[in-house]
Amino acid sequence: MSEFFELAVKYLPSLFQAALQYTIPLTIMSFSLGLVFALVTALIRLSQPPKNEWAAAFLKILKGVAAFYVWTFRSTPLIVQLFIVFYGLPNAHISFFANAWISAITVFSLNTGAYASETIRAAILSVPYVQKEAGLSLGMSNWEVYLYVVLPQAARISIPPLSNSLISLLKDTSLASVITIVEMFYLSQQIAAQNYRILSMYILVAIVYAFLTSILSIGQHYLEAYTSRFAQ
Amino acid sequence: MITVNNLTKKYPNQVALNDITTTFPAHQTTAILGPSGSGKSTLLRSLNLLELPTSGEMILDDLQLAFNQVISNQTILKVRQQFGMVFQEKALFTHLDVLHNLTEGLIHVKKLTKAVANQQALKLLEQFEMTELANRFPYQLSGGQQQRIAIIRALAMQPKYLLLDEPTSALDPELEAQVLRILRSLAEQNTSMVIVTHNMAFARQVADRILFIDHGNLGYQGDTENFFTSDNPRIQQFLGAMTF
Repeated sequence: MSEFFELAVKYLPSLFQAALQYTIPLTIMSFSLGLVFALVTALIRLSQPPKNEWAAAFLKILKGVAAFYVWTFRSTPLIVQLFIVFYGLPNAHISFFANAWISAITVFSLNTGAYASETIRAAILSVPYVQKEAGLSLGMSNWEVYLYVVLPQAARISIPPLSNSLISLLKDTSLASVITIVEMFYLSQQIAAQNYRILSMYILVAIVYAFLTSILSIGQHYLEAYTSRFAQ
Repeated sequence: MITVNNLTKKYPNQVALNDITTTFPAHQTTAILGPSGSGKSTLLRSLNLLELPTSGEMILDDLQLAFNQVISNQTILKVRQQFGMVFQEKALFTHLDVLHNLTEGLIHVKKLTKAVANQQALKLLEQFEMTELANRFPYQLSGGQQQRIAIIRALAMQPKYLLLDEPTSALDPELEAQVLRILRSLAEQNTSMVIVTHNMAFARQVADRILFIDHGNLGYQGDTENFFTSDNPRIQQFLGAMTF
């Protein structure tokens, strides 16, 4: 046991440093971008056909693209998506994705966006229609109704499932190790390969992940408490 | 005054409104009566274009709309800003307290500054003796309070016409009385109102004019007292079935 504590004292600072340098920035950037993808996708999928024939045709195509995007990222494993983007695309002369950070953020944000778009879509649909009509009857445009009435209410509903997505994403960033990013898990693998304290090192990295996800859970708790002040 | 000519609303398997021609005079209360599912709410919602009629026309002061043509979003917004609406369901914005429910339209539609909007909203709350509710959220209010705030929210926009879609049908008699008191006082102040109601006693007391809608058709339009003393068998049957 004392040997484990010695290892903890020796390596926890490096693991936390890797978390600060890689895991946390990857999570924040991917989740922020993922939310943008999710919101845009959800709004496209919920849009009503406009009166203009060309605009209606364009929206139909957009809806098809959005549905295909969600289907693709939900029906394939994250690790396969990482391999396709980081190893596959540069091999097809799309060298932009040869950068591991760009590949990781692209895949993590698109993957999160695909799942979160369904969460946001369901949350928007669960806002009673009369709330939208109340906004329209005040003279608001459709966009104003979404911005000031529907989305704030949908946001409260979607906090628990989106928090789950964020926690999953933080843990999934460990997969960035397979595309050469020396994040927290990769670092623990490297240390274990040197000192052969395999079990101890993996338990240590698990503790750091549990610590970080616990912080997120506490944040979720406070966010839910804050927004439930207007809950029915 | 609002005039509708040959107003028709068709759904794929149903004609909700059939060739309605009538008027809604300004500074008067018009009550739309009729059995459930007859098209009363559809007629009311057609006035502020929450429902777009299939054909016919509407003349709203100097604005003329022909429903067999495409109506631009800009026109729809312009029309809606002439009306305030109170719904049957409690339609206060659940994520905002009472004060912000009242200021939301003033800030985003009327483009008032937050300070001016707050001032106007507080003045209205004071006028209706509800200032103490300013910081409460809708779920902290009784059904009657919610509907009274909904009426104040509609009035805050200073609409030309106030539309009310069965505003008391979800309330128990005690809470209903609170809401009817406000509506009575608005009628006495000659507010232009169109109200869909099942409360015949209230309609008889406050309405200047009655429209009776039956299966999408206009069965009666005219003076309130003449309606309630009508010897028309269909009207008598309807009134006989209603509880006074």
